[in-house]
Amino acid sequence: MAMASLIRKCMRLRPFSSPLNKLRDCNVRCLGSLATLSDTHQMLHKTCKDFADNELKPIAGQLDKEHRFPAEQFKKLGELGLLCITVPESEGGTGLDYLAYAIALEEISRGCASTGCIMSVMNSLYLTPIQNNGNEQQYEKYLRPFLHGEKVGCFALSEPGNGSDAGAASTTAKLVGDHWVLNGSKAWITNSYEAEAAVVFATTDKSKYHKGISAFIVPMPTEGLSLGKKEDKLGIKATSTCTLNFDDCHIPKENLLGAPGNGFKIAMQTLDAGRIGIAAQGVGIAQASLECALDYANKREAFGAPIAKTQAIQMKIADMALRIESSRMLMWKAAILKDNGLNFTKEAAMAKLAASEAATFCAHQAIQVLGGMGYVTDMPAERHYRDARITEIYEGTSEIQRLVIAGNIYKEYYG
Amino acid sequence: MTKGHQGHLNGVKMALRILVGCKRVIDYAVKVRVKPDKMGVVTEGVKHSMNPFDEIAVEEAVRMKEKKLASEIIAVSCGPQQCQETLRTALAMGLDRGIHVEISGKDYETLQPFHVSKILAKIAEEEKVDIIFLGKQAIDDDCNQTGQMTAALLDWPQATFASKIEKNNGDLMVTREIDGGLETINVKLPCVITSDLRLNEPRYATLPNIMKAKKKPIAKKSPADLGVDVSPRQEVLSVEDPPVREAGSIVQDVDELVSKLKAAGVV
Repeated sequence: MAMASLIRKCMRLRPFSSPLNKLRDCNVRCLGSLATLSDTHQMLHKTCKDFADNELKPIAGQLDKEHRFPAEQFKKLGELGLLCITVPESEGGTGLDYLAYAIALEEISRGCASTGCIMSVMNSLYLTPIQNNGNEQQYEKYLRPFLHGEKVGCFALSEPGNGSDAGAASTTAKLVGDHWVLNGSKAWITNSYEAEAAVVFATTDKSKYHKGISAFIVPMPTEGLSLGKKEDKLGIKATSTCTLNFDDCHIPKENLLGAPGNGFKIAMQTLDAGRIGIAAQGVGIAQASLECALDYANKREAFGAPIAKTQAIQMKIADMALRIESSRMLMWKAAILKDNGLNFTKEAAMAKLAASEAATFCAHQAIQVLGGMGYVTDMPAERHYRDARITEIYEGTSEIQRLVIAGNIYKEYYG
Repeated sequence: MTKGHQGHLNGVKMALRILVGCKRVIDYAVKVRVKPDKMGVVTEGVKHSMNPFDEIAVEEAVRMKEKKLASEIIAVSCGPQQCQETLRTALAMGLDRGIHVEISGKDYETLQPFHVSKILAKIAEEEKVDIIFLGKQAIDDDCNQTGQMTAALLDWPQATFASKIEKNNGDLMVTREIDGGLETINVKLPCVITSDLRLNEPRYATLPNIMKAKKKPIAKKSPADLGVDVSPRQEVLSVEDPPVREAGSIVQDVDELVSKLKAAGVV
């Protein structure tokens, strides 16, 4: 308590010029704990936590077994305003900040990682690029009807031939009369089976490499667009993932999103913010694993006492909690920097990297704590293990995150 | 003891004014610990939230407004500065405005249903309310007294442990949960109702409503403003943990059970 008030006192000191001091003047009290965040964030946290515990946790195992899209829960998320958290109120969205998004997504992911994934695709990958780059007609057709759970959207950047190497996009778009004609394939597209629109990146001039890529909005279904088979994934099984095949797919001229040639920039900006979302998903899965382990360790007895009493378990719990807390702090910092209009690329990459590695670590340790029970589907530990793995891969692999971090540090140090 | 303001009771539409009590209590999921001085429980740094039965009362008031039975629904909370968070939650669920009666420090530690009922009665008179909705009891002290005392002070009818509320011409028909089962009574307005568990399931505060709640007003009052004396009426001697539960034993049949109960002196 005393530390929190000391930090609050420091925040009233007059600013110097560095970004961290600018942060002190922001309308946020302290990064210490949830209890020091605003009323709004705390109420939002309660809503999401209760929703996750009551509506998601009980069915997450079933959704995973059945590979079933949580349609009912998707609608409820929409009604709660959780699918359009950072869309401004003036456009019909919730109008909250990225810190709110991070807090909300962490709790939803803690309940069900697949649902968290679907929620992050809606918020960060579909709505954000349209909100930032769309015009009024595009808002009318592709933003507003997608805010409250009525329709699903998706984001198509990766291709069978390139994931990390996004600039090498080989899906082409050619302007023919009043239409853009798309040809090529997009791989690993989440929400593809349920989506009624997709943000697609295609190149209009391969010779310009990444500067030739533009962003488009493709309504689904549409003539010339076919879906591949649903991928049979290790985890997040309640989401649909498949390839989008464009075969002379005609879309109206008006569906170009943002300026021509600006696609790569739009994609990178989108993924930057999306990383805060995936960090939240990672922290949520890690937290679920920790809670599973704590619950079991208190009940399971060995050598005459609950295993929680053994130092071996205590070491694991401490290591798990440490990784969760530190990745959560990085995530909050990245969100707060973004909310205050400051550069957050490095912190977002750090948060995503830390949180995804925390998720796999904690899920691994949770199985270890549960022993044999961790290996069977009766307990959620094995699902957390499978769900966690993807967080180190999508929206920028851990290797890419490291390159982003190093690149930013070099810029700071070497200029 | 004045009768409260009567809404349009003879016509089809009722425009009832409802006051809902929202107590800030230690969250139900927290493992409560007794303070080292054994004079109370640890509250510093511990997670607090709205009393679950009060959430049910808030939900019922919001539903009555949605059914156009209520015209204005007001939240009230007595306690320290943090009670504003509890009020904001009530506003986020749909109540129109809040009243925070600020009581802190020693006064708050010794606050009892006796004092709170006086405060609520005074506010009900000032705000000319038709219904005071409270939770049947708070999960920290389990007193189950405030509703009953408030009704007595105002000389209003009371319907406690309500599991269903319907309108019945100008009155209310309330189903109560009692030991023997369910009892249905007709209650004239104005009245006090306390909510029981099965009355309803409180809604999640949606994000748009959380945002709207920021703009709703919360008025601040003190017990002195209401002419209520909150000096302590009780002295806490000690607070202790309940005894550690001992292991039971399995019995073979009913005869053995009866003989064991007799030996323990309980039958």
